Amino acid sequence: MTRSLLNRSLPAIGLVAFLLAWEAAPLLGLAQRSLVPLPSELPAAFLREVKSGIWQTSVWLSLSHYTMGLFVGAGAGVGLGIVTGMSGVAEGLLAWVNRVLRPIPGLAWVPFAIIWFGVNQSGAVFIISVGVFWIVYFATHGAIRSVDRDLIEVAKAFGFASAPERLIKVLLPAATPGILVGLRTALGQAWMAVVAAELFGVTGLGSRMMQASSLLATDIVVVYMLTMAALYGLMDALFMFAQGRLLQWKP
Amino acid sequence: MEAVTKLDPVIDIRGLALSFEQNGQRTDVLRGLDLAVEQGEFIALVGASGVGKSTLLRVLMGLAAPTAGTVQVHPDPAAERPMALVFQDARLLPWRRVWSNVAFGLEKTSLNKAERRKRAMQALSVVGLADLAERWPWQLSGGQRQRVSLARALAVRPSILLMDEPFSALDVATREGLQDELIRVWRQMGKTIVFVTHDIDEAIYLADRIVALGGKPGEVKAVRTVDQPRPRKRGSIAMQDLAALVKADISAEGAPQRDDWVI
Repeated sequence: MTRSLLNRSLPAIGLVAFLLAWEAAPLLGLAQRSLVPLPSELPAAFLREVKSGIWQTSVWLSLSHYTMGLFVGAGAGVGLGIVTGMSGVAEGLLAWVNRVLRPIPGLAWVPFAIIWFGVNQSGAVFIISVGVFWIVYFATHGAIRSVDRDLIEVAKAFGFASAPERLIKVLLPAATPGILVGLRTALGQAWMAVVAAELFGVTGLGSRMMQASSLLATDIVVVYMLTMAALYGLMDALFMFAQGRLLQWKP
Repeated sequence: MEAVTKLDPVIDIRGLALSFEQNGQRTDVLRGLDLAVEQGEFIALVGASGVGKSTLLRVLMGLAAPTAGTVQVHPDPAAERPMALVFQDARLLPWRRVWSNVAFGLEKTSLNKAERRKRAMQALSVVGLADLAERWPWQLSGGQRQRVSLARALAVRPSILLMDEPFSALDVATREGLQDELIRVWRQMGKTIVFVTHDIDEAIYLADRIVALGGKPGEVKAVRTVDQPRPRKRGSIAMQDLAALVKADISAEGAPQRDDWVI
C-alpha cells in the first residue's frame, strides 16, 4: 500500500473504527443499552420510517420550512444590509434598534411565533427567518460598506452616478463574496432554527425527533439526526457549486 | 487687416479655486488657476504630490466641485462623450472579463451587447490586447491592466482623455513602452489629452505643453512649450535643459511666471 493511498483511506478507516467502537460500547458495559441505539439497528429503523411514509413527509415539510425561512430571512437580511450599507441615515436610524434586537436568540421568539402565527408553517418560517436574518444582514452590510471607494469612483467617472446604478454596476458584484460568506453560515444556522421551530410542534424532522425521544426510540432520533446532516451536506454542496459559478472571476 | 479665426479652447478654466473643509478646518487645494487647452493638444500637468493635479482632473471630470471660478468644456462635436478618465491604478472591475471592463462605459449608451462587445474589441485592438479579451483582470500584468484601462476610456469615444499618473506604478521598460504607445494612439485618434504626472522627464517626452503647478494652495507657476519633434530622444541635451527649467518652475516661490517659454 503506498503512502498516499493510506493517507486517502484514513477518513474511511476512522469512520469504521468509530462505528465499531459505538457498536461495542454497550456490549462492554460502557453505556446503558437502552439509552444508546446501535449503528447496526439504524438501517432497519430508517426503513421502517420510510415504509410508513413519515420520513418522506417530515423531510419534505422540514425542507419547505427551511427553504422558505432561508429565503425570507436571507432576503430581508440582504435587502436591509444593502440599504444601511448605502445610506448613512438608514444606518444611523437603525443602529440602536439593531443593538437591542440582535442579541435575542431565535428560540426566544417562539412565544411570539405561536401568538402571531400559531403552531403552523408560518410560525416555523418566522423562527427560521429570525435565525438567519442577522448573520446575513451583518455580512451584507459589512460587504457593501467595505467596497473599494476607488471602484465607485470609476462608476461615477463613466456616468453611473445614481444609487441604483452604483448598486448594480459596482456595489453588488463587489460585495458578492462577502454576502456569500454570510449566506453559507446561514445555511447551517437555518437547520438549527428548523429543529428549534419544529420542537414547539410544527410537523417536520424536529417534531418527529421529539415524538421518538418521548418513546425512548433513540434509533429513530439518530436516523433523523443523520438525515439532517445529509440534507445540510447536500445544501452546502449545491451552494458551493453555485458559489463557484458566481465567483469564477476570483483567482 | 488680419482675419483671426481661432477655435474656442476645448477646455477653458478661469480663476478656478477649490478648498474643502474638514473638522471645521479649511484646506485650500487650488487657487486662481487659469488654463486653456486647445483641440488636439497634449498637455502635461506636473507638480509635486499634493499640489492638486489629481484634484484638477476630478473637477474637469465633474467628480469634485470648484469653490470659485469657471470651467468650460467645448468638446469636439464628433466625439460621443466630452471626456474619459484613466486612473493611476487601472481600477479594472475584477468580476468582469477584460472585454467587459472595456465595454463598461458603453453600458450608459443605447448600444446593445453585441455592439458594445464589438466596440470593446476595437478599443482592445488599438492597445494591442485583442487576444486577451476573455481573460480576468487578475491574469494580466500591471502594464496590460493599464492598457485595458486606456482601452476602456477610448471605447466611449471621448473628445478629451484625462490621465491621472497612469504609468507611475509601472517599471521603467513597461512605462516607456506605454508612453510610445500612447503617443501613437494620440496621433492616430486625434484626441486632446490632459496628462497628470509628477515625472518631469515623462511630461517632456510626451507633451506639447507643460503646465507646472506649484505652491500651496496649488497654482500655475509656468506653462512651457516643448518644441521638439517626435519621436523625441530621451535624455537629449535640450530635454535635460527643459527638465531643469520645469523643475525650477515647480519649486519657485512667489509670483507665477505667466509667459509661455518656447524651448
